Amino acid sequence: MVRKTKASRKKPIFEQVDWDFDTLHRAFDAIEEIARDDLELDYYPNQIEIISSEQMLDAYSSIGMPLMYHHWSFGKHFLGHERLYRKGARGLAYEIVINSNPCISYCLEENTMPLQALVMAHAAFGHNHFFKNNHLFQQWTDADGILDYLDYARKFIARCEERHGVGEVEAVLDAAHALMNYGVFRHRRPRQMSVKEADAQRRERLEALEQSAYYLANTMPTPAGASPDETELALRKQEMQLPEENLLYFLEKYSPILKPWQRETLAIVRTISQYFYPQKQTKVMNEGCACFVHYHIVNKLYEDGKMTDGAMLEILHSHTNVVAQPDFDDPRYSGINPYALGFAMMEDIKRICIDPDEEDREWFPYIAGKEDWRGVLKDAWANFRDESFIQQYLSPKVMRRFHMFALADEVKERHHTVTGIHDELGYRHVRDVLARNHDHATLEPDIQVVDADLLGDRCLHLKAVRCNGIGLDKSSREATLAHVEKLWGYKVDLQEVDALN
Amino acid sequence: MTYFVDRRLNPKDKSLSNRRRFLKRVRSQIKKAVEEAVRDRGIADVDRSKKVSVPTEGVSEPSFRNGRETGRQERVYTGNKSFQTGDRISKPPSGSGGGAGKEGANEGEGEDEFYFALSREELLDYFFDDLELPDLVKETLAEISKTKPSRAGYSVLGAPANLSVSRTMRNAYGRRIGLKRPKKAEQEQLEAEIEELEALETSGKKEKDRLLFLREEHQKVVRRRRSIAYIDPMDVRYNYFVQEPEPNANAVMFCLMDVSASMGEREKDLAKRFFMLLHLFLKRRYDRTDIVFIRHTHDASEVDEETFFYSRQTGGTVVSTALVKMKEIIAERYSPADWNIYAAQASDGENWSGDSDTCATLLSEDLMRMCQYFAYVEIIGEDEALIMNSEASGMELWEAYRGVSEQWPNFAQKRVSKPGDIYPVFRELFARDKVGTSHG
Repeated sequence: MVRKTKASRKKPIFEQVDWDFDTLHRAFDAIEEIARDDLELDYYPNQIEIISSEQMLDAYSSIGMPLMYHHWSFGKHFLGHERLYRKGARGLAYEIVINSNPCISYCLEENTMPLQALVMAHAAFGHNHFFKNNHLFQQWTDADGILDYLDYARKFIARCEERHGVGEVEAVLDAAHALMNYGVFRHRRPRQMSVKEADAQRRERLEALEQSAYYLANTMPTPAGASPDETELALRKQEMQLPEENLLYFLEKYSPILKPWQRETLAIVRTISQYFYPQKQTKVMNEGCACFVHYHIVNKLYEDGKMTDGAMLEILHSHTNVVAQPDFDDPRYSGINPYALGFAMMEDIKRICIDPDEEDREWFPYIAGKEDWRGVLKDAWANFRDESFIQQYLSPKVMRRFHMFALADEVKERHHTVTGIHDELGYRHVRDVLARNHDHATLEPDIQVVDADLLGDRCLHLKAVRCNGIGLDKSSREATLAHVEKLWGYKVDLQEVDALN
Repeated sequence: MTYFVDRRLNPKDKSLSNRRRFLKRVRSQIKKAVEEAVRDRGIADVDRSKKVSVPTEGVSEPSFRNGRETGRQERVYTGNKSFQTGDRISKPPSGSGGGAGKEGANEGEGEDEFYFALSREELLDYFFDDLELPDLVKETLAEISKTKPSRAGYSVLGAPANLSVSRTMRNAYGRRIGLKRPKKAEQEQLEAEIEELEALETSGKKEKDRLLFLREEHQKVVRRRRSIAYIDPMDVRYNYFVQEPEPNANAVMFCLMDVSASMGEREKDLAKRFFMLLHLFLKRRYDRTDIVFIRHTHDASEVDEETFFYSRQTGGTVVSTALVKMKEIIAERYSPADWNIYAAQASDGENWSGDSDTCATLLSEDLMRMCQYFAYVEIIGEDEALIMNSEASGMELWEAYRGVSEQWPNFAQKRVSKPGDIYPVFRELFARDKVGTSHG
């Protein structure tokens, strides 16, 4: 890395609109200097890849991953995105960033030079720092191994297609994708294994499964007359660690009909799902962190005279577009923009640290006036997820700025009720509701395996807990259950029960 | 360390395989869309890309979702203007949307149909799906009947007739320069000087030495010129040819149509569609496809496309004249050895009484030998179609042709009564396995 000499500090790093690799390098070095020395970020090594719009569409359709296995649903998404893009109805993202080590950022070739600088600051340092430091990512994802794993998964699926036919594999993947959201461990941390270990284990497991009779072959119904022993049932349930919220894991382990390769396919789908689980829970923080970082960096570049006025204006234009929050009655409104909320909160934390007022001292006594805003932010980025972050750091000031209000919708009633607004009485309530809105667990139905009647009719019993009386969507419920039945092989029964409170 | 990687030149269409898989999955819907296109579109733009909508069933990706029929939800919205805590806002009359926020904006909701565009190639592929030209393998693309020499650079061996003079001379020239072969002018100059010196009657020491030197020089030059050939065998190059197979990739399509008064606009339109489909199909299969239009009343003539479809002519109906004309044209311009001959005949089935047998004879004994395929389409009224649903009975021409189709498997006859019939009939005519009893 070339250290900038004193003389070159005064000169803008680029003046032209078009980028070339030289300029990219220079801009990257300047950005890195600020990220490293000023913000003191801690990030994975970067790998920046320039791709065309076609390739961006490709990346879109296979959930942003560079090495996905083949499946028709990705083709469907591709055609959908492509149609919208060609029509001009939707632009493409400027970048896609992958939580891996080295951290891979895809930048669109059509970006202008100022945009490339913005994108590099945003993805290669903002997201990158977040990926490396947030506890959820540290705990649940394996940045070193993900590309290897995807490569393995792709080859495995391709081999299965060769051996068992595309249709067979597709059927399993269809079913597995339907349950993808239920393929994550939310509370138990999976054991971390190196790629080699995992590979060896996988091989052993496949061999063992191929040799041995299935678990359920030993659980033939007992002769008539003898009633199944209650304690034995309880024991069996305990052995299967029921109740189990990871449906894919349960099916992989205990389904009576799946072949070894099908179990491995389920394992692949749930591993990928697990990999994305932290991202779903940290949208606001992740984007907030990246926006805060790019905003700080480009401003610093501008202050140092390394950015021209024109470039800065273009960057600000893009920046404001990204962090815009339309009002609820605006036709563009589609929920709370995670970029806007995240960025506003990060900036607000910085303000509270540097320049707190009375209100802030009352609400945030532990950070107000603490000069070290970098430390405070980094602590927040590392130790929270959206829900807890909002609960902890959403200030009245931000709520006022967004004119937030909470609205209750009782389906049976003919009115919505405003339950709180941005005033003294409502701050805490609005904050609670917003935090709950960002709690991933409340957004998806809570479904668990409660019993698999292995000694009897082998019926798989699922339980869906209705939170606030919200039931399952009927049409998708039946279709998804059909997929579960395909994987379980026997009857599947889904009971909806109301939550206790 | 940071790497910049330029991925733009990577292979494109990474998701092509996914795209194909998806198309395969919605095959039946696509086929329906394609059939619709063929039925409803004008002929000229049959092969344009087409927007296809697929009902989500079959390509839906279900998952457990929260329903909207029961329960209580609480959400935070932005942009409050006048609301106070406790305000009640009446819900919009039907479902979601409207002023009080769009609760129905959840992803995947309200997605009844999935739209995408089918490219021209994909459309045609589906269109021609399962279609196979009869005896295609035997006499057309697969069989290589001719070869043509084509240039393939130079070789050091070859027949004198193939000598490449310019390449040979170029090599020789280069070698002469490289080896510093003295030029003829040089030798002549030396000789002239020697001669001049020898001619001197009195010569001093200086001249004698000079003469001696020049003679030596001259000898050297002569020796060098002799040992370095003007053209050496190693300079010689021959043009090199390889014999490339030339597939017999020409097809000619004969369109035969009865244009007598009994053929109205409707009948002509149907016939036109049939011809166009056939042409589209042949165009796709062959490098070159000629079309010959023969129209006939009681007399047949070769005409251009415009006249064929749009100009009127009145007269009786003698079908055999068209067949005779076709035979003449084949003899004149389209030798069966070089051309794959296809013929499609459209008629309303009427013929001069007694002529139908002549037609059958002409076909059986002459034309069918030369044709790859002969399709006869009888265009009938929609009410007639209800009566004449059996292939066993029909008018005189139909009956006569039945004899031909029994004899020749590459002869087919079909009835068409409305545009929607054409595509199925067309498919049936060229179906891979012909199971039809009428042309076993």
